[in-house]
Amino acid sequence: MSTVERIEQRLTAALQPESLHIEDESSQHAGHAGAASGGGHYHVMLVSPRFSGQNTVARHRMVYDALGDMMQKDIHALALKLYAPEEI
Amino acid sequence: MSIQDTIREQVTENPVMLYMKGSPDFPQCGFSGKAVQILQAVGADFNSVDVLRDNEIREGIKQFSNWPTIPQLYINGEFVGGSDIMMELYQNGELQKLVDAVKS
Repeated sequence: MSTVERIEQRLTAALQPESLHIEDESSQHAGHAGAASGGGHYHVMLVSPRFSGQNTVARHRMVYDALGDMMQKDIHALALKLYAPEEI
Repeated sequence: MSIQDTIREQVTENPVMLYMKGSPDFPQCGFSGKAVQILQAVGADFNSVDVLRDNEIREGIKQFSNWPTIPQLYINGEFVGGSDIMMELYQNGELQKLVDAVKS
């Protein structure tokens, strides 16, 4: 399973998203010093009813919690756009 | 002093503190570079720590706020967020207020 598929699986299980888009942007960042550990760069857009009433920091934490150990190894950088259904 | 105590001291003594990869003049990651640009845009007088120079800080800062990524911004010792959150707070004007509040 690819890293993108594993991100998708974990986020879907944890957050029941109404919409989820994941882009692998790793190729744009290959070789810079911060990426020396080898993890990829990803961009996630996610709409979930679980985000209703939660501030941005809380939403980010929910995503990080769902990804768990993937944040330590597979993912070097993660750009997040997180919305509740009523915000879109 | 433990690394957590060191970090607590840093964020307490520096009202606007950015943990980043590289320096403000030579950021080593696009996200860190974006964070610096946002702080400069709001006229923040900030200090920074290059986590690439100190692996203890690099790992310690992730535990300090239970936040797995860098950059991380602290204002008045409080964790504000990473670059996505900084951009959001910049666009809605809240970051300007936070930064102005520690100047006066």
